[in-house]
Amino acid sequence: MVNILTFYKRYVNATKQSCRNIYIYKNSSKTLTIYCFSTKVYIVGLFFEQPSARAENLTGGRIEMENIISLKNISVKFDGERILNDINLEIKDKEFVTLLGPSGCGKTTTLRIIGGFITPNGGKVLFEDKEINDIPPHKRNVNTVFQRYALFPHLNVYENIAFGLRVKKLPEKVINQRVGEMLELVNLMGYEKRSVNRLSGGQQQRVAIARALINRPRVLLLDEPLGALDLKLRKEMQIELKRIQQSLEITFIYVTHDQEEALTMSDTVVVMNNGDIQQIGTPVDIYNEPVNAFVADFIGESNILDGLMIKDCLVEIGGREFECVDSGFGENTPVDVVIRPEDVKLVSPDDAKINGLVQSVIFKGVHYEMLVEAYDFSWIVHSTQAAEVGSAVGIKFAPSDIHIMKKMEKANKTYLIGTPEEEI
Amino acid sequence: MKKLSRIYISLVLMFLYAPIFVLIVFSFNTTKSRSVMSGFTFDWYQKLFQNELIMMSLRNTLIIAVIASLSATILGTAAAIGISSMRKFPKMVIINITNIPIINPEIVTGVSLMLLFVFFAARMNLEFGFVTLLIAHITFNVPYVILNVMPKIRQMDPHLYEAAQDLGCNSVQAFFKVVLPEILPGVISGLLMSFTFSLDDFVVSYFTSGSTSQTLPITIYSMTRRKVSPEINALSTIIFAVVVIVLIVKNVIENRPVKPFLKAKEEGR
Amino acid sequence: MKVKLISAPYLVWMAVFIVVPLIMVGYFAFTDGNGHFTLEYIADVAQYTNIFIKSIWLAAIATVICLVVAYPVAFILTRLETKVQGTMLMIVMLPMWMNFLLRTYAWMTLLGNNGLINRLFELVGIGPFKMLNTEGAVVLGMVYNYLPFMILPLYSVMVKIHKSILEAAADLGCNSRETLFRVVLPLSLPGVNSGIIMVFVPAISTFIISRMLGGGGNLLIGDLIEMQFLGNSYNPNLGAGISLVLMVIILLIMTIMNQFNDDDDKVLL
Repeated sequence: MVNILTFYKRYVNATKQSCRNIYIYKNSSKTLTIYCFSTKVYIVGLFFEQPSARAENLTGGRIEMENIISLKNISVKFDGERILNDINLEIKDKEFVTLLGPSGCGKTTTLRIIGGFITPNGGKVLFEDKEINDIPPHKRNVNTVFQRYALFPHLNVYENIAFGLRVKKLPEKVINQRVGEMLELVNLMGYEKRSVNRLSGGQQQRVAIARALINRPRVLLLDEPLGALDLKLRKEMQIELKRIQQSLEITFIYVTHDQEEALTMSDTVVVMNNGDIQQIGTPVDIYNEPVNAFVADFIGESNILDGLMIKDCLVEIGGREFECVDSGFGENTPVDVVIRPEDVKLVSPDDAKINGLVQSVIFKGVHYEMLVEAYDFSWIVHSTQAAEVGSAVGIKFAPSDIHIMKKMEKANKTYLIGTPEEEI
Repeated sequence: MKKLSRIYISLVLMFLYAPIFVLIVFSFNTTKSRSVMSGFTFDWYQKLFQNELIMMSLRNTLIIAVIASLSATILGTAAAIGISSMRKFPKMVIINITNIPIINPEIVTGVSLMLLFVFFAARMNLEFGFVTLLIAHITFNVPYVILNVMPKIRQMDPHLYEAAQDLGCNSVQAFFKVVLPEILPGVISGLLMSFTFSLDDFVVSYFTSGSTSQTLPITIYSMTRRKVSPEINALSTIIFAVVVIVLIVKNVIENRPVKPFLKAKEEGR
Repeated sequence: MKVKLISAPYLVWMAVFIVVPLIMVGYFAFTDGNGHFTLEYIADVAQYTNIFIKSIWLAAIATVICLVVAYPVAFILTRLETKVQGTMLMIVMLPMWMNFLLRTYAWMTLLGNNGLINRLFELVGIGPFKMLNTEGAVVLGMVYNYLPFMILPLYSVMVKIHKSILEAAADLGCNSRETLFRVVLPLSLPGVNSGIIMVFVPAISTFIISRMLGGGGNLLIGDLIEMQFLGNSYNPNLGAGISLVLMVIILLIMTIMNQFNDDDDKVLL
């Protein structure tokens, strides 16, 4: 189900231009968007799609948009290496925030600072506007779902979940009731007496979530919790987690390197790399308006080319001039140009300014992925129609699909997820 | 909390090392006193090396340790291989019996062997001496070899042996070329363990040796029962120095191949 | 089939030198000098009940002290940085590699009336205290010698407790003390089990410690047995009887301890 949803999202972004009408239905927690292309073609939008305007509160009435957690000038060094570089981050209450980035970018370190397991070398951590740098983890009103769950092997499911309440010495009746609620929430009724060592990965995961949520924290930290699950289970859990977050109205801070996961679940995405925050925004913003080449390349696939900004709204790519919609880059400035694969149209060579040769065609289910070689560059093209391998084609794209960004240093230009140092 | 930990560990370490250091310090004493330090001298070390009895027992100990550990290793490795391919029930019985010398108090092992030898001494004209000592050492060493080798056999891919045969080796060649290299770490640790236990053994040797085949620990024991002599201190110091050197060398060897791996891991971060 | 035969030499050895000697002990315990069956010697053992009780008592005290002292040591070791852990472990274990007799002898010199400790007391104006040849000295000797055997199993179990489990406990509201009692303690029980066995069994059967530090007045089971075989009164039958009873006691203790173990950890009996 989620595959189709993702396809809709991409396809919708690509075709929004030609849409005649957009009907939006909102209630307290969901948004239903219907794109009307013609009397016969409607595309129904995502269940969880959030409108770009972040300020609008969708939880019906209560407008508490305080920053529940603030990180101010946080820096962390380890063994002489800078793990976090002067990070500033505001996290709004009741939001699903994802820290997204490749391995080693600092996202887990940021999470652990909020949890209290790492003390920053510099900067302040604020919880509800109060500084908590010196408060140890067991006194903070946050709970963590650990990457490998960290369930207590000597306790069964019931006792694992009840652990936090037992530490607080709550009465047995209360514990019983709340554990029951949690088991229902994560769909593990009947598993109370099971040993946690005999549970499947997905079940252990849910126990870990229940164990954390039963303490009713204001903020839940999740450290790549779905990494060890198979694909289908992961997709199901993503929907589950989102549902839980919205129904409990808790702030979730989620760490992952999977950009699709981040786009599916989050209200806000924080893209990080090398200890710095690259961009903060909604999934739609990040996808459509990446602020630099790293973000553009990390989120979704993109073609990143060298360009020359001749003047406002005019850019030169591969020796040819194209109209675009970005301005403010000056005159004759070298820039990075990002064009999404689904925005590239293949037409006959006479109809386009750039001509190329189709190198490969791979069927990916949702679309065909084609590599077209033109001007020493391998263009990635996504389309529902396949082209023939070896055929000559023309590459065409609309001015609004050309994204200009400031040139990044050569070393950071193209990124493969997971190996930030490698230059391709 | 951290400070408390440090203090505690320091106290425990002081408790563990204080007696040894006292021994070492007084090995250089000019008098025989064990509580008053009168001067510095190497005399006792000289006397130590001139002591015939000690040198002989040292030689005995080393010979026994070498022969016993080697024999035990060969016997035990062969045993481990055979036991691994047994069915569940015989395997369990044999492993349980093998565990007996490990679990039993040393004195029972020593006494039982002694009784065995006593019983047969009359009939076979067997005297307590080198042979009985050797038999005893091999007996308590083999279980440790088996204990070290069997896990390695269990971890080994069972098809390796067949693959070697498939490629032309007969059984013996297959063993030496393929099986042995795989289980070698276990064999070596079993060998080292046996050697150490033999060097250090007192109780079992006490019951199974003769007057001509004293080992070093037995000699030390009789020395401590008689008049006090700082030669013992000197001996302790030397043993301590050897142990320290061996452990340092072992640590350096174990840590060497790890270092470049650790570095690569950190850079890959 | 062929493979099993390799273990044949060991199986023969095992039968002759492990099984038969134990049968010998039984034989000697239940027969008199002429080979006739008798329960006389077993009955004789009863007169030494007080010594049995003393041995069990002292060994129990020593075991408890070892447990209490070793537990924090093992825990602190596991929380050290990985680089330092190996070295620290080696430093803590090093005294174990020193000869057992020399270690005990060291305490003899320290605890004597003219020993170092009494001298230090003298300087402060108190004492001298009689420390040698007391029950306390024997317990001290046991603790000193067997402490590493308690640290090692505790450490190897605690080191497997992943850091994230301790973090999870803190995350859910436990301060250090609560983490210790709610999480670390239950998870370290297998190590406690092994440690208790590894200390109690040698402690209950030693004769060196009681002789060197306890003088003649603190006889333990081990001394009794030794006296029957190599002492003045040669009575192998009685000695065998006492050994048999000792083995039964140890078997009982181990069966009891096994009840506290998970199925996989049970010591094979």
